Amino acid sequence: MADLIYRVNMTNLSFKIEEVPARWLGLGGRGLTSTIVAEEVDPECHPLGPNNKMVFAPGLLSGTSASNSGRNSLGAKSPLTGGIKESNVGGTSAGIFSKLGVKALIIEGLPKDENTFYQLHVTKNNVEFIPVPELVGKDNYAVLDAMMAKYDKKVAVMSIGRIGEMRMNLANVSVKDPGGKLRSHGRGGLGAVMGSKKIKCITVDAADYKEVTIADPDKFKEASKIFTKALQENPISGQGLPAFGTNVLVNILNEAGGLPTHNFRQGNWEHAEEICGETMAENIKARGGKTTHGCHAGCVIQCSQVYNDKEGKFLTSGFEYETIWALGAHLGIQDLDLIAKMDGLMDDLGVDSIETSVALGLAVDAGILAYGDGAKAYEILSHDIPTGTPLGRIFGAGTHILGKAYGLVRVPTVKGQGIPAYEPRAVKGQGITYATTPMGADHTAGYAVATNILNSGGHVDPLKKEGQVELARNLQIASAAVDSTGMCIFVAFAALDDAKCLPALIDMINARFGCALTIDDVMNLGKTILKTEHEFNIKAGFGKADDRLPEFMKYEILPPHNVTWDFTGEEIDEFWNF
Amino acid sequence: MHVVVKLFAQYREGRFKVEERNYAIGTTAQMVIDLLELERVSPLGVLMVNSRHVEPSYCLQEGDVIALFPKVGGG
Repeated sequence: MADLIYRVNMTNLSFKIEEVPARWLGLGGRGLTSTIVAEEVDPECHPLGPNNKMVFAPGLLSGTSASNSGRNSLGAKSPLTGGIKESNVGGTSAGIFSKLGVKALIIEGLPKDENTFYQLHVTKNNVEFIPVPELVGKDNYAVLDAMMAKYDKKVAVMSIGRIGEMRMNLANVSVKDPGGKLRSHGRGGLGAVMGSKKIKCITVDAADYKEVTIADPDKFKEASKIFTKALQENPISGQGLPAFGTNVLVNILNEAGGLPTHNFRQGNWEHAEEICGETMAENIKARGGKTTHGCHAGCVIQCSQVYNDKEGKFLTSGFEYETIWALGAHLGIQDLDLIAKMDGLMDDLGVDSIETSVALGLAVDAGILAYGDGAKAYEILSHDIPTGTPLGRIFGAGTHILGKAYGLVRVPTVKGQGIPAYEPRAVKGQGITYATTPMGADHTAGYAVATNILNSGGHVDPLKKEGQVELARNLQIASAAVDSTGMCIFVAFAALDDAKCLPALIDMINARFGCALTIDDVMNLGKTILKTEHEFNIKAGFGKADDRLPEFMKYEILPPHNVTWDFTGEEIDEFWNF
Repeated sequence: MHVVVKLFAQYREGRFKVEERNYAIGTTAQMVIDLLELERVSPLGVLMVNSRHVEPSYCLQEGDVIALFPKVGGG
């Protein structure tokens, strides 16, 4: 049976199920969410008002047995950036949406009653609207426990905590993972959009959990084997990531002079060893945690982990480099256990651990806390933000607004979103991605670190301008395409280095749908997605001046390489010439 | 000549994190890699000297800091 569009209207608590329009048939994941948002959302609308929509869409290969295909996309106009946003996540939602035959779930309107929060329960041909007053004021794990008590363990749960209820720009949408922990549609404040629509949680139940239909199962199986082998044999996806997680990057960025330290004042940190991936792996092994853990079923990379405290008690999972960097080098906390405790708390509260941690680092410049003051940072996170004190509300608005509230100049944001984990002056290709991606500073949009620093897909000198615009453009196009397949972005390491990987991925898509796409078709899809997103932002009021990095990076010299951000506006604008 | 050697990720296992070592003049980065038998563990990913990417044929100088990583990534 063909996949369908489930459309929910929160204004009158109704739903309808629609055929998929022909123009959306070949789209999934980010390609579909961005297309629907661009077609149906007024770019000038208020992100928290009645005319914004939330669009959930599993990737083209989600729900199949393809390795690492379990990413779900969420699109909307972002309250943080004011532009279009797609944020994708592992967890269990993509697979279950696909198995239920939901190509996209579109949520529109706002309830008239401002005092009631709802649970949406999505099943075959039905959406229930269940008032959940007992969950108001609760955070994610309490919501997850309540849903687990109510349903089969296989049900997908997407929820917001108190931060989302308060419609803060930090709010994410949290998703249950296969181990019963949380993953996040992290960036862009999409949890605030969910809060504005008075949705506390969405549960998705595919009663019989059937695999999705495959047009040519034999061809699919053959391509799938080649693809999985490419992931497992690649030293990055097959060895490095499972052994040390993404946090293996602390030492390499530190060594390369690209680890932003003390709010982007220098490119390396003398305490990197305290928080690095190697130290993290040692702690995990000594304390009975897990160095390997998949964020979704079918993951063969297993870069996630379970991190325990010294007593062997769970502190966090999905402990990622960007969060550890922001609380570590950026804010100055040297205690990896405290960073883990904060990461776990951010999961429960339902906040973007990058935006929140970048804001905490900037707060040192604001005089709110001292560099390295973990106790004060924890107090802000555990008290001010979730209870919505005036200070907590300023943090809740994100890094950019915190900077404005305190009259700061050195504010590391692009399009209002905090810059993560890679110094643009010392990793210039990544700087081009931050400047140009329609998402606001987003490291996953076009991960030039791969080629600038990691020698994956060749090498482009990170300190020189030559080749960076083209690199960032090619990677953003490829990332937009990969984000449409439902694949984890880390398949890109194998795709960049192994000639068999990308053709196998395309063969799987062709076998799934009975089509005959080529690599060029898939790259053209990536280009179309990027241009669609860019066009939305232009209609929302963005111009060339928004494709720029913070001005201080042009005149402040970054040690140890003593570099500045030296691209002209015209050079950056070349990005869009395709 | 004195050179600081830094090892990372899998290369540390059974070896060291950082050591100052003595090498003969004319020693290349590749010779350091071979002497430590690093590529028995995992292929070389990134080689930096004094925080800059260099080729394995790089000829080490007195006081250099050489950093050796297997193929790693994240993001």
